[in-house]
Amino acid sequence: MAKSIKLRAKAKDGTATVKALISHPMETGLRKDKKSGQPIPAEFIQEVVCESGGKTVLSAQWGSAISKNPFLSFKFSGAKSGDSIKVSWVDNKGNSDSIDASIK
Amino acid sequence: MNHNRRTLLKGSLAAGAVGAAVSAGLLTPKAVMAAWAKDAFEAKEVNAALTGAMGSADATASDKIKLKAPDIAENGAVVPITVTSNIDGTTSMSILVAENNTPLTSTYDLGPNTEAYISTRVKMGKTSDVIAVVKAGGKLYSTKKEVKVTIGGCGG
Amino acid sequence: MNKIANVLSAAFLVVTPFAAQATPDQDLNEFREYFFKKFPDTPKNDFINGVYSIDPASREQWEAFEEFPSYEIYVDKGEELFNKKFANGKGFADCFPNYKKGIRQNYPYFDTNSGKVVTLEGAINKCLTDNGEKAYKWKTGNITYVSAYLAYLSRGNKINVKVPNDAKAMAAYNRGKNHFYAKRGQLNMSCADCHYHYAGSKIRADILSPALGQPSGFPVYRNKWAGDSSKGDGMGTLHRRYGGCNKQVRAKPFNAQSDEYKALEYFHTYMSNGLEVNGPSQRK
Repeated sequence: MAKSIKLRAKAKDGTATVKALISHPMETGLRKDKKSGQPIPAEFIQEVVCESGGKTVLSAQWGSAISKNPFLSFKFSGAKSGDSIKVSWVDNKGNSDSIDASIK
Repeated sequence: MNHNRRTLLKGSLAAGAVGAAVSAGLLTPKAVMAAWAKDAFEAKEVNAALTGAMGSADATASDKIKLKAPDIAENGAVVPITVTSNIDGTTSMSILVAENNTPLTSTYDLGPNTEAYISTRVKMGKTSDVIAVVKAGGKLYSTKKEVKVTIGGCGG
Repeated sequence: MNKIANVLSAAFLVVTPFAAQATPDQDLNEFREYFFKKFPDTPKNDFINGVYSIDPASREQWEAFEEFPSYEIYVDKGEELFNKKFANGKGFADCFPNYKKGIRQNYPYFDTNSGKVVTLEGAINKCLTDNGEKAYKWKTGNITYVSAYLAYLSRGNKINVKVPNDAKAMAAYNRGKNHFYAKRGQLNMSCADCHYHYAGSKIRADILSPALGQPSGFPVYRNKWAGDSSKGDGMGTLHRRYGGCNKQVRAKPFNAQSDEYKALEYFHTYMSNGLEVNGPSQRK
């Protein structure tokens, strides 16, 4: 699957700042297609998890009110350049993606 | 060991979206802990949403929570929100949009070394209070800000 | 009723009289000075940020978006498309050999051989068709991704549109200039009404952006376009926006990459000469 997650993770003075931009429609399921009149089925990320150094840093639950092409930023301490970081998501349809990177 | 039982257990974990992600190696078992809080996300009232997401609707207003949100949203579909909690021991945070059909937008469980800081973008259906609720020391604290959502000018 | 209105609006072009035949450079100086004087607190190059250069409240939101803008997803798509070889073994790099140094700032240019204005989108599709590939659609999708990638690589380069000493080039420039200043549509408004005379004023809840620096950030990711899935992913070209603007004053829009819009882009971009390319950009 093509990587849907763009990740920027930088450590400064022991704190890592993580910014993620995910390519995803985050469709609420409440909209109707203007041309066909048919409801557009819900398709939105429900869980986002970030791990670093084998520990869960953040576990997020999302609803369809998170914007399309969602952005998420968070910070954690005890981090240094070179540490591993992994961000994964799962949506209501069972689709998922993840990215493994190193903190800069 | 009863082989059938072992197989049955493996099968039930593999069922469902989260299970599929686990077997694909995309989520480590620890991270699979929380099942999606369906009741919270589908609740139409702030209190019900909060109870579902954080166990209670009893939140004390606090000025130690910083909620950054625009006064007037440029576009209701993408409103940048940043929540920072300066309350010691913050373990989780939630963002709600009171006037949305289903107010709960998201909820975050913080790791032990994770700062009480979340920045994201939410959809707002109309002018509404944006409410940030955090859990610290088992208690809930909240703050809110009204964000106006307008219709554009150049014909829509 | 509508047809009559459209015909009337097309015929209703009032050409603002100009004293003598001003040269493009004279026009440029006048244009710039007008906006610098109208918005004295805006640093000169900052006009490339449109409304965000003159309104602090929306600027704050824009800066939040710029932390990680949605258009980066489409720049990546553009990069992929750009690097994909055509069936004949060649690629976009063969048509745009200097792409790494940035080329956006040179468009549009006037091709004296063909006697036509060449836009970046036009050049992208010409590259495809010259190499036996199918041309992209003009306003959304792949054309915006490749254009976004090329614009991204050109960031910081100063816009440098040229009007050569050529009768056809001047005619195209003047055609664009006329379009900018001419009233049109049932609402009887010109580009200049909103973006020159009333730049900075409010139209309902929107603030009108200055025409100076307007084309620098294209192709654009508009939250408005992104929010409606029937309108695509949010990315759009300058001509897509021109069409929208014409429709908003209830004038019949021209086709994307029509001679009319190419002439308008030619004049419009010339008026931003010297300002830096900052495409692609995120806007309301």
